Amino acid sequence: MASGVKPRVKVPKSAAAGEAVTIKTLISHKMESGQRKDKEGNLIPRSIINRFTCEFNGETVVDVAMEPAISTNPYFEFEAVVPEAGEFVFTWYDDDGSVYDTKKNIAIG
Amino acid sequence: MNKQAITAIAAVLALPMAAAAGPDDDTLVVNEDIEMVTKTAAPAHVSDVLDEVMSGWHFRKDETQALQMDDFENPAMIFVDQAIDTWNTAEGSEGKSCASCHDDVEASMAGVRAVYPKWNETAGEVRTLNMQINDCRENQMGAEKWKYSGGKMAAMEALISVQSRGMPVNVAIDGPAQPAWEQGKEMYYTRTGQLELSCANCHEDNYGNMIRADHLSQGHINGFPVYRLKNTKLNTAHARFKGCIRDTRAETYKPGSAEFVALELYVASRGNGLSVEAPSVRN
Amino acid sequence: MEFSRRETLAMGLGAAMVTVLPFRANAAADDRIAAFTGGADIAEGGVTLTAPEIAENGNTVPVSVAAEGASAILVLATGNPEPGVATFNFGPGAAQQSASTRIRLAGTQDVVAVAKLADGSFAKASATVKVTIGGCGG
Repeated sequence: MASGVKPRVKVPKSAAAGEAVTIKTLISHKMESGQRKDKEGNLIPRSIINRFTCEFNGETVVDVAMEPAISTNPYFEFEAVVPEAGEFVFTWYDDDGSVYDTKKNIAIG
Repeated sequence: MNKQAITAIAAVLALPMAAAAGPDDDTLVVNEDIEMVTKTAAPAHVSDVLDEVMSGWHFRKDETQALQMDDFENPAMIFVDQAIDTWNTAEGSEGKSCASCHDDVEASMAGVRAVYPKWNETAGEVRTLNMQINDCRENQMGAEKWKYSGGKMAAMEALISVQSRGMPVNVAIDGPAQPAWEQGKEMYYTRTGQLELSCANCHEDNYGNMIRADHLSQGHINGFPVYRLKNTKLNTAHARFKGCIRDTRAETYKPGSAEFVALELYVASRGNGLSVEAPSVRN
Repeated sequence: MEFSRRETLAMGLGAAMVTVLPFRANAAADDRIAAFTGGADIAEGGVTLTAPEIAENGNTVPVSVAAEGASAILVLATGNPEPGVATFNFGPGAAQQSASTRIRLAGTQDVVAVAKLADGSFAKASATVKVTIGGCGG
């Protein structure tokens, strides 16, 4: 598990049924690209988050295949439709096998 | 290095950049809520050399400025989140966390950052926020001191600074703090290094001009600790001082040294009146 | 004016105004596009790519892509050592087939977005981003 990895998500507390909401996500992660060299000149191996998914009530909103050119502390902003009240699940998959996730509920109103 | 050489350098630095020069006129409102004072009349002690003091925010591109306008967009806030966890975690021989003595960070730390660095009567020295944090850790918590400009310290500095966000920087330069302030002022105007540059050469004489592709600011520290796009992490003022001095190709001082404490006091005072913007986002 | 060697050096450094990193391009990007489209034709238009003209810093460049009805959008940095940036796959929960992120660009180059549209066809857009070297310390 990479250390100090912390996700943050911004989801509105409520929406009208069928409304589109803007979702923002950020996760602290070095995203070691595999291009950098250490002091001795050896390549530092790649170690990134390689996939991010967002689901709403089990349905995929977005599924991003991420490569080393995504900046440190990966940020995504996208639009999701909210047909009914429910739960957003955000998941990040690390090269080292770790999985980070966080959930946010949204009400209709 | 004589005056004519400096004029020549200034002319060369200033030349090609007519299109990009000068700070902009945008206003900074964070979270559509906190109105920041990013331009104000220069405080009395610098009014002989500057009319107006301006935050470094004005010298960055629109995309970078936008990152600071919303706490979610601001990548520095992840570190503030981490510091909140640290604030509530007991550490050290006394089994205390910051919260054990200080309770809620929002209430206890409101306005604190705005007046640092400041004179500490008991300790008999000018203290920076980082020094005070380490003092608490060592003497109140029985915990190990943090590296002065390391990640954990920068994150805690950011968390505490957030509680002063929007408040005017107001460091005292008189009374027992004065000798340190004078020392800082002297450092600010002393040329060092192979390049024989002083802080003033860039930040007072040439703000608004380009240094290669970077837009020179007035060098205020109201936004520190700062998330730099360049290294995608929080940077403390001392770490930046060290880098700047190294870039003049001089032997640089250590973060936490008395020299940098004095310099920090002086540089902070140049921005008295600007809002605390920390944690800011810069190049 | 008489200048010492030290002064001349300093002026020369100041005058080294090559601030914009030279243009980079990479053939591997074409391979990635071919793999994504399976060799099909690509139309221009149908996908928008928003990126700054000049990046404040190549480490963190904000970009956005949008393609109405797309099932996926591939983003490539054609001048990076490895051109792949990300592939955005949109599901039924997406209100719009659009996304924003922040990417790393190694130097001035074209950023390319290729979208797979609802009818199975492909569309492409590109934007040139100038990446600069900063001031003191780069």
